[in-house]
Amino acid sequence: MLIRLLRTYLRPYKKPIALLVLLQFLQTCATLYLPTLNAHIIDEGVVKGDTGYILSFGALMIGISLAQVVCNIGAVYYGARTAAALGRDVRAAVFDRVQSFSSREVGHFGAPSLITRTTNDVQQVQMLALMTFTLMVSAPIMCVGGIVLALGLDVPLSAVLVAVVPTLGICVTLIVRRLRPLFRSMQTRLDTVNRVLREQISGNRVIRAFVRDEYEQGRFGKANADLTEMSLKTGNLLALMFPVVMTTVNLSSIAVVWFGAHRIDSGGMQIGDLTAFLAYLMQIVMSVMMATFMFMMVPRAEVCAERIEEVLDTESSVVPPSAPVTELRRHGHLEIRGAGFRYPGAEEPVLKAIDLVARPGEVTAVIGSTGSGKSTLLGLVPRLFDATDGEVLVDGTDVSTLEPRLLAKTVGLVPQKPYLFAGTVATNLRYGNPDATDEELWHALEVAQAKEFVSRLEGGLNAPIAQGGTNVSGGQRQRLAIARTLVQRPEIYLFDDSFSALDYATDAALRAALAQETAEATVVIVAQRVATIRDADRIVVLDEGRVVGTGRHHELMAENETYREIVLSQLTEAEAA
Amino acid sequence: MAGPMARMMGQGGGPDSRSMDFKVSGKRLIGQFKPERLTIYTLLFCVVVSVGLNVIGPKILGKATDLVFAGIIGRQMPAGATKEEVLDSMRERGQGSVADMLRSTDFTPGKGIDFDAVGRVLLLALCTFLVAGLLMAVATRLVNRAVNRTMYRLREDVQAKLSRLPLSYFDKRQRGEVLSRATNDIDNIGQTLQQSMGQLINSVLTIIGVLAVMFWVSWLLALVALVTVPLSFVVATRIGKRSQPHFVQQWRSTGKLNAHIEEMYTGHTLVKVFGRQDESAKQFAEQNEALYEAGFKAQFNSGVMQPLMMFVSNLNYVLVAVVGGLRVASGALSIGDVQAFIQYSRQFSMPLTQVASMANLVQSGVASAERIFELLDAEEQEADPLPGAKPEELRGLVELENISFSYDPEKPLIENLSLKAEPGHTVAIVGPTGAGKTTLVNLLMRFYDVSGGRITLDGVDIATMSRDELRAQIGMVLQDTWLFGGTIAENIAYGASREVTRGEIEEAARAAHADRFVRTLPDGYDTVIDDEGTGVSAGEKQLITIARAFLSDPVILVLDEATSSVDTRTEVLIQKAMAKLAHGRTSFVIAHRLSTIRDADTILVMENGSIVEQGAHADLLAADGAYARLYKAQFAQAVAEVD
Repeated sequence: MLIRLLRTYLRPYKKPIALLVLLQFLQTCATLYLPTLNAHIIDEGVVKGDTGYILSFGALMIGISLAQVVCNIGAVYYGARTAAALGRDVRAAVFDRVQSFSSREVGHFGAPSLITRTTNDVQQVQMLALMTFTLMVSAPIMCVGGIVLALGLDVPLSAVLVAVVPTLGICVTLIVRRLRPLFRSMQTRLDTVNRVLREQISGNRVIRAFVRDEYEQGRFGKANADLTEMSLKTGNLLALMFPVVMTTVNLSSIAVVWFGAHRIDSGGMQIGDLTAFLAYLMQIVMSVMMATFMFMMVPRAEVCAERIEEVLDTESSVVPPSAPVTELRRHGHLEIRGAGFRYPGAEEPVLKAIDLVARPGEVTAVIGSTGSGKSTLLGLVPRLFDATDGEVLVDGTDVSTLEPRLLAKTVGLVPQKPYLFAGTVATNLRYGNPDATDEELWHALEVAQAKEFVSRLEGGLNAPIAQGGTNVSGGQRQRLAIARTLVQRPEIYLFDDSFSALDYATDAALRAALAQETAEATVVIVAQRVATIRDADRIVVLDEGRVVGTGRHHELMAENETYREIVLSQLTEAEAA
Repeated sequence: MAGPMARMMGQGGGPDSRSMDFKVSGKRLIGQFKPERLTIYTLLFCVVVSVGLNVIGPKILGKATDLVFAGIIGRQMPAGATKEEVLDSMRERGQGSVADMLRSTDFTPGKGIDFDAVGRVLLLALCTFLVAGLLMAVATRLVNRAVNRTMYRLREDVQAKLSRLPLSYFDKRQRGEVLSRATNDIDNIGQTLQQSMGQLINSVLTIIGVLAVMFWVSWLLALVALVTVPLSFVVATRIGKRSQPHFVQQWRSTGKLNAHIEEMYTGHTLVKVFGRQDESAKQFAEQNEALYEAGFKAQFNSGVMQPLMMFVSNLNYVLVAVVGGLRVASGALSIGDVQAFIQYSRQFSMPLTQVASMANLVQSGVASAERIFELLDAEEQEADPLPGAKPEELRGLVELENISFSYDPEKPLIENLSLKAEPGHTVAIVGPTGAGKTTLVNLLMRFYDVSGGRITLDGVDIATMSRDELRAQIGMVLQDTWLFGGTIAENIAYGASREVTRGEIEEAARAAHADRFVRTLPDGYDTVIDDEGTGVSAGEKQLITIARAFLSDPVILVLDEATSSVDTRTEVLIQKAMAKLAHGRTSFVIAHRLSTIRDADTILVMENGSIVEQGAHADLLAADGAYARLYKAQFAQAVAEVD
C-alpha cells in the first residue's frame, strides 16, 4: 500500500529524486574517501617524514569535505522539497476526494477519521519520505561503499566487517522487532490514561455530585500504573540499543587492530590502512544502525498509507451530471416520485416508494419517530444522498441532472445539527449569499428571532464565532443556522428538525415570522413537536421509511392511527395537567 | 542517532514553546526527581565511570597501534643495537627527519611486533569497553526508571489536583484548554525527559571526558580540535535561530490548514447544500500551497544542520590528521595517539550535535512543565470543615436564607433570595434560555459557595457540612448526560457509593424505564458505551442517568428536563421516570414541561440571571407578572392544541 501510494505520487518528481540519489551518492563517496586520504597521509607523509605531502593531502581532504557538504546540502534541498511536494499532492488528492463524497461516504468514514487521514496520516507518510530522502538513501551506499573500500585496502581484514555488519543488523533488528508491539501497547495505555482524564474533566460535575472522587482516583491510578509499567518495559529494552551498538563497534575495533597487526606483520598492509579501516568500520556501522532504526517508522507509515488509500479508493455515490441542466423554468416546485433509498447490502431500505409534492406558497410537514427516515428524505433534495429508486424533481428536472450550483441556489436546507464555521456572525450568515447587505442580515436575524441576542453580542454582526459555533448556545446556533438559510433566499426551504433546541415561546414566534418571510416559497419542515407543524398545509406521516398518511392536522387526527399516537404521546401530559 | 529524528519530528511540535520563566520551571521540573535521589546518584556514578572508560578506550587502542608500529620499525633495524645507536646512525645518514619521528616510538631494533604485548593491551581494551557498555546499559535503565516513576507521580498529582480545583476553574476556562494541559503537556514532558535526560547527561560527560583526555594526550592537538567547537556552536545556534521562525510558520500553516479541513469535513453537508465546494477547494489549495512552502523551508533550514555539522566534524578530522601527522613527523607524538585523536574528534562532535539539537526539545518540554505547574499552583477550593456538621435527621428540608451570589463581583446575580422547600416538595425553576437556571443548582450542590446568607439542609448550614456528605444526599440528572467509557451496568452502578448487585442495577433500570431498551441491545447491560455512541440515543442515555440517580437513592433531587430533540416515545418514558424518581423527594427541577410546572409546589421565575418571582402556579397567574407573561407565551398554545 505504502509503496503503491509513493509510486503514484512520486511519479512527477522523478527528476529531483534522481538528482537527489546522485548527490547522496557523491556525498557518500566523498565521506568515504576521507579515511583513504588519511591513510595516505600516514603511510606516505608521516612514516616517511614528508611534511609537504602531509600538507598537500590535507588541502585535498578539505577540498573533498567541501564537495561533500555541498552535495549533502543539495540532497537535503531536493529531499525536503520533494517530501513537502509529496505531502501537498497526497493531501490535495484526499481532500478533493472527500469533497466529492456524499453524506453517505462521509458518514461511513466519520468526519473525525477523515480529518485524521487528511492531516496526520499524510504527515506521517511525508515524514517517512523526508527521512528516506535525507538519511536512508545514503545508508546502503555507505554500507556497500565502505565494504568495497575496505576490501580494496585489505581483503582478509575485511572478514571482520563481514562478521560485524550482519551481527549488528541482527541485534538491532531483534530489539526493534520486540520494541514494536511494546510501543503499540504503550500507546493504547497512554490513550486510556488520557481518556480517563478527559472523562474526569468533562464529567467533573457528575463525579462530584455522586461523590465518586475516590473511585475515580482508583480508576486513574490503575490506568497510570499500567502505563508506567509498559513504559518501563519499553524503555528498558530501548536502553539496550545504544550500549549494544557502541560495544559492538568498540569490540570490532579491537578485532581490527588485532588482525590488522598480523596483516601488517606479514606485510599484507600498511600501518596507515589500519586507521582508515577503523574509520570505515565506524561509518558502516552507523549507516547500518541508522537504516535499521528507520525501519521502525515504516510500519506506522504503512498503516497511514493504507488509511489514505482507503479514502482514495472510495468512489462517491453522488456523481455530478455530465451534461447539466443550467436553467429552471418554474420556481421551487418540488416533487418526489416513488423515491427509495437503501444502503448497499442493507437488509431494509431506509426509504421506500415515497411520493410527495410541495408547491410554492405551501408548507409541507414531515413527522415520524426517530429512525423513520425523515432526514434522509430531506437529504435527497440537495443530493446529500441520491435516491436509489424513483426520482426527485425540482421544477420538473431530476436533481441528478441539475448543475450543482443551481441546485444549491434553489434548495436551502437547515440541517438537524446546526454547524457554524469559525469567523464572525456576518461571515456565517453570508455563507450562502456573499453579497448580502447588512440590512438583509439583520432582517434575517429578526425573522429567526436572533436579532436581540446578536445585537447584545460584543461586535454585533462582527462578533466572533468559534469553530462549530461552540461559543453560542444550542438554541442560538439553531437560530443563526436558520438565518443563514434565510439570507441565501432559496426557492425551496427544507427545515430538518430545526426548532428543537428552542423553547416554546421562541419556537412559536419564529414560526410566525417565518411564515410571512417564506410565504411565496416552498417549505418542507421535519419536526418532532406536533405544535411546530400542526398548521402545515400538508402533513406527511412517515413510519419505517414509508408514507403512512398525508393530510391536514384534523384529517390525520381523525383517520391516521400513527399520527394520532404521536400527537397523543405529546399532549397527554398537558392534558393530564 | 536520536538527534536528527528528534529534530525533525519533535521540533516545534510541542505545545506553545514560548517560555515565561524558563529557569524557574526548569529547576522545578528537575526538583520533581527528588524522591529518586538514590537512583539518580547511582546512575550518575555509572555514567561517569562508563563515559570515563569509553573515553580511555581509544587511547588504549592507540597504544596497541604504537606497539604494532614499533614492531615494524624495530624489524627493519639491525638487532643488538640500542634505539639511540640506531637513531644516531640514521642522522648521520641524513635521515634526520625520520629519526626525529622515531624518537617518540618505543621500538627495540631487530624485534618485530610483540604480539604478547599487543594482546595484553587489546585485552585491557576489551575489558574497558565491555564494562563501559555494561555500565551504560545499567545507567540508561536507571534513567528510564527515574523518569517513569517521576512521570507517574506527576500524573497522580495532576489528577488529584483536578479533583481539588473549584468548579469555577473549569467553568472559566475552555474545556479543551484544561484537557490539553492534563494530557498533551504531560505527554510532552514525559517524551522530553525520556528522550533527552539520559542522552544529555551522557553527551555532556562525554564532551568533558574527551576534552580531558585530548589535553592529556596532546594539548596542541586538543586546541586544534577545539578550534572547531565554537564553529559547531555557531552553526547550531545560527541554524536553530534561522529555522525557528520557519517552524513557527510551518505549524501555523498546519494549524490553519487543519482547521479548514476540520471545518469542511464537519460541515460537509453545508458545503454541499450551499454549493460552496469551489470556494472551499480554492481556500484549501491556497493553504496547502502555503504549508508546502513553509514545510519545505522549515525542513530544509533545519535539515542543513546535519550536513554542516558533519562538515565541521570533517574539518576537525582533517585538521587533526594534518597537524597530528606533522607532530608525529617531528617526533613529538606517537602514531597511535593520532589514531586515538581521530577517534576522539569523532566522539567529540557527535554529542555536540546531539546537545545542540536537543535544545529545542528541552525548551518545549520545559514550556509544558510550566503549564503543568501553573495548573498545580491554581487556587484550590476551600477545605471542608473538620469534622463536618451533619443533620440529625434527614428529611429533605431545604431553606435558602437571604442568599446572594455572583460569578463576577461586578455583576451581582442573586441578591437576598429566600426560599423554603418542604420535604418532598417540588421546586420548578423556569425562565427563558440563558436565564441562569443552573446557578441555583450550582449553589445547592456547593459547586459554588454563596457570598451572602446561607443555605440549610434540615437546619444545618451546608457550608459547615463536608461537600461529600452534602452531595451524597443529592441526586442529579442533567440534560447534558455524562456517561463514562464502560458498560451500561457500570454506568448505572456509578450512582451507588457501595457495591451493588446486578439485580439492584436491573431494578433501578426498570424503575427508570431503561430496562426494555437495554435488553434490545446486543450485549444488554454489558454493552460498552463509548464516544462512537453504540446505538444509544441521547434520550436513552438520559434514562441511564435516571437509573443511576435511582440507585443512589437521594433525599434531594436536581433534575434538568430535556429540551433537545429526543424522540417522542422516549421523551414520554423520561417524563414518567423523572416523575417517579421525584416522588417523595425534595426536588429542584429546571422545568420545560407544563405539567411539571403546574404540579410544582413552588415556581421560581428567573430572568437575566435573577429570580423575579416565586410562588405557586395559581398565585403567580393571578399576580399577572413575569410568570403570567411567560406562561401565556410558552404554554397557551400547548393547551390550545389539546382542545
